[in-house]
Amino acid sequence: MPQITLTVNGTPQKLDVPANALLVDVLRDTLSLTGTHIGCDTSQCGACTVHIDGRSAKSCTVLAVQADGAQITTIEGLQSGATLHPMQEAFRNHHGLQCGFCTPGMIMAAVALVADKPDIDEAGVRHGLEGNLCRCTGYQNIVAAVLDGARAMQTSKAGG
Amino acid sequence: MGIQAFDYVRPTDLAEARKAYEAAGDARYIAGGQTLLPVMKQRLAQPAAVIDLGGIAGLSGIRVEGNALIAGAMTRHADVAASADVRRLIPALTHLAGLIGDPQVRNRGTMGGSLANNDPSADYPAAVLGLGATVLTDSRSIAADDFFDGLFATTLEEGEIIRAISFPVPERAAYEKFPHPASRFALVGVMVSKSPQGVRVAATGAGQAGVFRVSEMEAALAKDFSAKAIEGISVSADDMIADMHAPGAYRAQLVSVLARRAVAALQ
Repeated sequence: MPQITLTVNGTPQKLDVPANALLVDVLRDTLSLTGTHIGCDTSQCGACTVHIDGRSAKSCTVLAVQADGAQITTIEGLQSGATLHPMQEAFRNHHGLQCGFCTPGMIMAAVALVADKPDIDEAGVRHGLEGNLCRCTGYQNIVAAVLDGARAMQTSKAGG
Repeated sequence: MGIQAFDYVRPTDLAEARKAYEAAGDARYIAGGQTLLPVMKQRLAQPAAVIDLGGIAGLSGIRVEGNALIAGAMTRHADVAASADVRRLIPALTHLAGLIGDPQVRNRGTMGGSLANNDPSADYPAAVLGLGATVLTDSRSIAADDFFDGLFATTLEEGEIIRAISFPVPERAAYEKFPHPASRFALVGVMVSKSPQGVRVAATGAGQAGVFRVSEMEAALAKDFSAKAIEGISVSADDMIADMHAPGAYRAQLVSVLARRAVAALQ
């Protein structure tokens, strides 16, 4: 069985994984990080979005072995201590969710999107979230949350 | 259900990859995996071995060489879309790369993987054929006109690996796409380019045999590079893909409309 090394939410992990294991399965089943959801399992819905070396990816469409040596961030790794990440806080403030199933993926996609484009506008958010589906169709509040989260990320960066 | 078990190999150079492929008998290369993994989940592909090209140095990145832009086969769509060299020299390619799939897919999917797969609705085939690019493999150079060989088929030999793609810098080029609203694949996409070698018009998403050139439009544009010059020219609906998303006549109409838009954008 291949052995891989991942740094997950800052913690180094040495893992034996079957070659056919998907990254999302290793995160959920081996590391018990169940915040990353499996929705469609066909790389469309984006519920399984995590960051691989700082870039958003659908962890249901990445073999764990392909991620060998990478830094992985999941929804569990966003907040610092008891303080929510500004994007998480924005989703809470705007009620950017209904059932909540897509939320971890939405937030991970949004954080990567805004990190890439800090001055993103509404059209940019809608285009940038094309890889994330909300079956409750709660997009209005999600987009509002991402725009507000983007501003908050700027402020928190400026504030050091 | 998950993916069937396979042997995983991660070579560090092209020769080793080729050797692993030949030794395995029934192998698939994996680049970004954005098509291969979904296909393996559906068990439409069940290779005995998967050879990961991700460990081979020098396969990704974009460089300018003379009058050509050379993209390594493992260059991810997001990196093409973000490249300052691409934006400066072939902005149509920047635009095209930024329309593929969604951000997560663009962060993993690669140009070489897309071309080797030759999905009839993928964007890169239109770029390669429409810009008259050359596909560089581990053993030879293949001109765009000789590379695509029907649905999901190319003239790559068994085990041959794409190393890079060389795009000659055109005078002007534009890509117009009508994306499928859910999948973001091209319902139709048209690349138009003008260079000293001539005018090229390539359509993806439309043809039953995959990406194709619209030679009648090319001839008309060579004489008069204007949207008006191709107003009366259409492709046959009978040759177009017809499925639940659009009948052939709709796609044929889109080829004409998008080609005119692309030309108009360049005037």
